[in-house]
Amino acid sequence: MSTPTATPTKTVAELEAHADEQVVFQRPETLTSANFSYCPGCTHGVVNRLMAEAIDELDIKGRTIGVVPVGCSVTAYDFFDLDMAQAAHGRASAVATGIKRANPDSIVFAYQGDGDLASIGTAETVHAATRGENITVIFINNAIYGMTGGQMAPTSLPGQVTQTSPYGRDTKTMGFPIRVCEMLATLDGPALVQRVSVDSPKNIRQAKAAIKKAFSYQMDGVGYSIIEVISSCPTNWGLSPVAALDWLRENMLPYYPLGVFKDAGAAPAEAETEASHE
Amino acid sequence: MPNEKVLMKGNEVLAEAALRSGCTCFFGYPITPQTELAAYMAKRMPKEGGAYLQAESEVAAINMVYGAAAAGARVMTSSSSPGISLKTEGISYLVGADLPAVIINVMRGGPGLGGIQPSQADYWQATRALGHGDGHLIVLAPATVQEMADMVATAFALGDTYRTPVMVLADGMLGQMMEPVTLPEPLDLASIEDKPWALTGTGAPGRTTRNIANSLDLVAGNLERRNDERFERYEQIKAKEQRAETYLIDDAEYVVVAFGACARIARSGVERARAVGIKAGLIRPITLWPFPTTTIEAALPGARAFLSVEMNKGQMVDDVRLAVNGRAPVEFYGRTGGVIPTPAEVATALADLQQTVTAAGTKEA
Amino acid sequence: MSRIIVDDSYCKGCGLCVTVCPRDVMELDQETLTSKGYHPARLTDQSRCTGCALCAQICPDVAITVFKESKGEVKADAE
Repeated sequence: MSTPTATPTKTVAELEAHADEQVVFQRPETLTSANFSYCPGCTHGVVNRLMAEAIDELDIKGRTIGVVPVGCSVTAYDFFDLDMAQAAHGRASAVATGIKRANPDSIVFAYQGDGDLASIGTAETVHAATRGENITVIFINNAIYGMTGGQMAPTSLPGQVTQTSPYGRDTKTMGFPIRVCEMLATLDGPALVQRVSVDSPKNIRQAKAAIKKAFSYQMDGVGYSIIEVISSCPTNWGLSPVAALDWLRENMLPYYPLGVFKDAGAAPAEAETEASHE
Repeated sequence: MPNEKVLMKGNEVLAEAALRSGCTCFFGYPITPQTELAAYMAKRMPKEGGAYLQAESEVAAINMVYGAAAAGARVMTSSSSPGISLKTEGISYLVGADLPAVIINVMRGGPGLGGIQPSQADYWQATRALGHGDGHLIVLAPATVQEMADMVATAFALGDTYRTPVMVLADGMLGQMMEPVTLPEPLDLASIEDKPWALTGTGAPGRTTRNIANSLDLVAGNLERRNDERFERYEQIKAKEQRAETYLIDDAEYVVVAFGACARIARSGVERARAVGIKAGLIRPITLWPFPTTTIEAALPGARAFLSVEMNKGQMVDDVRLAVNGRAPVEFYGRTGGVIPTPAEVATALADLQQTVTAAGTKEA
Repeated sequence: MSRIIVDDSYCKGCGLCVTVCPRDVMELDQETLTSKGYHPARLTDQSRCTGCALCAQICPDVAITVFKESKGEVKADAE
């Protein structure tokens, strides 16, 4: 693969802090210098950055192995400065299982979109979860197939117009969206099931905390974590990046409530309260 | 326990041989007639400190194989015909990412659900169409339980050497058969060569770059280069790794070509034919891919005709014809659906072939 | 004084940073085109930047580096 590596327009010297200041935000080490191949305003990039920050902060870069799916993040092996595997469509959780079982000391994540994780890869997703496979799954839910150009996803909303639901998703013939977190939370296997969003700085901070927790659970052997990230797809929703985040808040968050659906590390009451509150 | 001779079932021997070849990961799914293999692994693998997992599907199992292979483990999966069809997606990705793994197919009758009796109907699939895209697997075909015991180590070694998945193509007869077998000595794991390409983490000792397991390349020229490089390896495999066994071939005029369990029957058929004065011989391909064309070539000068005997409707006969390339008649005899050809049938087919060839020769003269 | 640097090689001009800046000192520079053809984000008034890093938090392309004036302890994860 030859995803173009960015030639930063800023020199290293320019990015150094002056004597009277400190750097409070910069690219995490776990990201390569490659440009994300995502469209302008696509929140995939935010999530990739949060994952890289979590890996940096937990000091696990040297033993983390990522698995990327088929979808808009198909070339994300170029974005993380880690050993990476590219998986067949839907199979990232199975590939991650294989890596983890072969080398349990590795920290393994599967990064998957909604079509990958909740449609073609539903079986692999559910069974990795119910096995309590000690991996971290980051699930991007933007209610549409991005890479193929905007077709209906398993998480497309009722009435949502897509290329393959041109009159809106008719639940009579096309069924209902899958709420993955709610479904997986019924299983005994998972340690952490949480839905977050990256539509605002506040939610982004919460998403970061959730992702970091998921990785730390894996480090501690607590078990399977899935963090569903409600994301935007400005291009295929036909909206500007800013309007897309508005649409996400108005349409997706009511259908996909944020919260912790299962947390083996929390007191039972706490997990329940968080889910009902958010 | 050197030279121990034990009575074991073919399927179990495949599993035990894998454990003795440094296989540390096994991912499978139940299907008749190979299930004993998975059950044996389930019992033994945890005691060896390896990973055994019954996957949710054949599709998941082969993708777990992909992950473990990428991580550098010696990994195996096994199935039977319909299950192998499900695995073909993952096998294509293994080929595309140049990952070694051993895949066992204990063939049964098809197409579709077919039956659970022995068959060789997956020859085309194994040698031609195991997944989309340009690519091959090395395909090894055992004929005895002893050969199953010895072949698994070869399969792992070939896979590592050429960075390719390797299939052991057995059938329900061999899988279920019990024979006395001398198990191979357990391999010294330190003798397995390092895999510097494996996903062991960028912080692994001695690492300066990061490793990526990947079959995707969106730049046409780059993808072509990768394919060219892989096919250069295939040429090396064809040159160095053809394997075949011959029987009574030196003066053979009528050459039977048969593989696997079918070759054992064909051997008896050849003996019967010899008893009635037909100069018959046998070539038993051990590597189905690469097909042992040099063995066919060596038999050609004395051969008046070839007879491919298979438990299918005529699949390997294509490769015999390609190897013979019009220089001698090539005929086929086979049974399907789990019906096993008998030595008498093979001898009759040889007699018929002799008659046809002789009649044609007389006509020409 | 706090400040940010937008790296034009990463910026795709999506404008999300502009919407979250509490001081209204971010804009898309209509006079400039990046090598990829986007109008990049820029800081319009450095004197008003507090180094809060909200722009960097929401930037999907990790194009922004944030510097904060040293006044003793500086929190890494700026609010």
